[in-house]
Amino acid sequence: MAETDIRNFTINFGPVHPAAHGVLRLVLELDGEVVERVDPHIGLLHRGTEKLLEHKTYLQGIGYFDRLDYVAPMNQEHAFCMAIERLAGIPVPRRGQYVRVLYSEIGRILNHLLNVTTQAMDVGALTPPLWGFEEREKLMVFYERASGARLHAHFFRPGGVHQDLPQELIDDISAWCDAFPKAIADMHTLLTENRIFKQRNVDIAVVSREDALAWGFSGVMVRGSGMAWDLRRSQPYEVYDELDFKVPVGKNGDNYDRYLIRMDEMLESAKIMKQCCEWLSKAENQGEVLPTDTKFAPPRRAEMKRSMEALIHHFKLYTEGVHVPEGECYAAVEAPKGEFGVYLVADGTNKPYRLKIRAPGFAHLQAMDHLNKGHMLADVSAILGSLDIVFGEVDR
Amino acid sequence: MSKPDTLNELAEHIAQALDEDVREWRVTHGELTVLIHRDRIVKVLTFLRDDAACRFTSLIDICGVDWPSRTERFDVVYHLLSMHHNQRIRVTLQTDEDTPVPSTVEVFPASNWFEREAFDMYGVLFDSHPDLRRILTDYGFHGHPLRKDFPLTGFTEVRYDEAEKRVVYQPVSLVQEYRDFDFLSPWEGAKYVLPGDEKAEGKA
Repeated sequence: MAETDIRNFTINFGPVHPAAHGVLRLVLELDGEVVERVDPHIGLLHRGTEKLLEHKTYLQGIGYFDRLDYVAPMNQEHAFCMAIERLAGIPVPRRGQYVRVLYSEIGRILNHLLNVTTQAMDVGALTPPLWGFEEREKLMVFYERASGARLHAHFFRPGGVHQDLPQELIDDISAWCDAFPKAIADMHTLLTENRIFKQRNVDIAVVSREDALAWGFSGVMVRGSGMAWDLRRSQPYEVYDELDFKVPVGKNGDNYDRYLIRMDEMLESAKIMKQCCEWLSKAENQGEVLPTDTKFAPPRRAEMKRSMEALIHHFKLYTEGVHVPEGECYAAVEAPKGEFGVYLVADGTNKPYRLKIRAPGFAHLQAMDHLNKGHMLADVSAILGSLDIVFGEVDR
Repeated sequence: MSKPDTLNELAEHIAQALDEDVREWRVTHGELTVLIHRDRIVKVLTFLRDDAACRFTSLIDICGVDWPSRTERFDVVYHLLSMHHNQRIRVTLQTDEDTPVPSTVEVFPASNWFEREAFDMYGVLFDSHPDLRRILTDYGFHGHPLRKDFPLTGFTEVRYDEAEKRVVYQPVSLVQEYRDFDFLSPWEGAKYVLPGDEKAEGKA
């Protein structure tokens, strides 16, 4: 047979696949076992968040942000609240800022624990997720003790956070921070020098600096390629400029470097949390977590029992809601996955006119074709895991 | 956040270099917005990426905004970030349902999906885009859901049909009428006429 008909093989990866971390359909074109082309089909978890937000008051909208990247809910709320604060000029009390930073860092650890361990599972290790989820569980209890919900917290408000933290909770978080480095050290013994883990990750999906910029990467994806870019450091918001932490940077831009950065970032986050706990525990730093003198924050319960004015404010805030002056602004936070931004166009009423959610995962996932070209079929799930994709935010 | 005077300097530099392309610029809330002519977008983004004083090498986001009362009803908004100068910029242009916007995939590969999303959500057309398919909505979806004239409930709903053994589309049937509560205070911009008010206007 002289003329053999050779053609590429096209397969579907997903839409329901355990290594897709959600609902993702990848159409893979294979030449033997080598990937030639990847066409991700997304939108299977599209819920129309942006449309829904145009029909909800600002306060009602916060809850939708928990449901975007449901692995680190409060980091998303943060960006939305910052956009509102910037347009409406709402001041945030310092204690509120520290509580926000504390919970943003809890969110970062929640996210990295999930990502690092499930990525390890994608390449064949079962123990890391079991160990990692034990720590996640403790952190979710902290979420619950502050906000009443383990996942969909709805805790941040324009102007601060909903409730102050009880001192016992701060003490418990502080104690957790002391114990956490041991858990990370244990995880290192499982993965960092593990032969199989290194074979599956070293030199896989190398991202050069030029690629990282051209594809609009952010967060760990640029830091892995050796750029020390972290919004907490370069465009500091809240109290990050007063806190002592390091920005881990990679060298080779491969899966393995990104794994190491995530591991280091967790330790840095625990360090930040420890500093926040110390600050919050001091007697001179007690006080309000929401502005008291504006029309943007609800009055405290006790005040409502006595003051007619407070009762009126409460009623107005929870029916009509906050009015945000006309204008547009873009607020971004360093979410665990990268730059999470909110572009808010307000028309002066109590609902957003247009709200665009800039999800880091969206930009990362669209480089799948570029990153996978020439890799083996088995690397697809390792690369997907390393990109840190959660479909809540990609599909919105 | 960057200081307003550096932003003003940057804006003047851009306005000078791209004199024919920039319609106007403004600095609000510490952010620079540049309004440009629609057909110049590729030139403007290339300049912003390569110019030594700009170096906006990261495309953060592209999105549409719908203003149905305007003749050119869509804004297309580009957000760029310069990691070199730690600066952000917003570039805006206007278009309507039929006029395509030049695609910027050649300048930033990251534009690809963002432009697909704007097309999917608003129906903004992008000229010479390599692959302008829908991205977030279902296969075979009709309409552009983020337009202001698209109802929140949509036009179709899906259910599993036991007889046909597959998911079928059917027109939306709501058990009760969709309620959109208007909580705006009647003193601050509610658009309806309060009962009795029409008499007062008739008198005057």
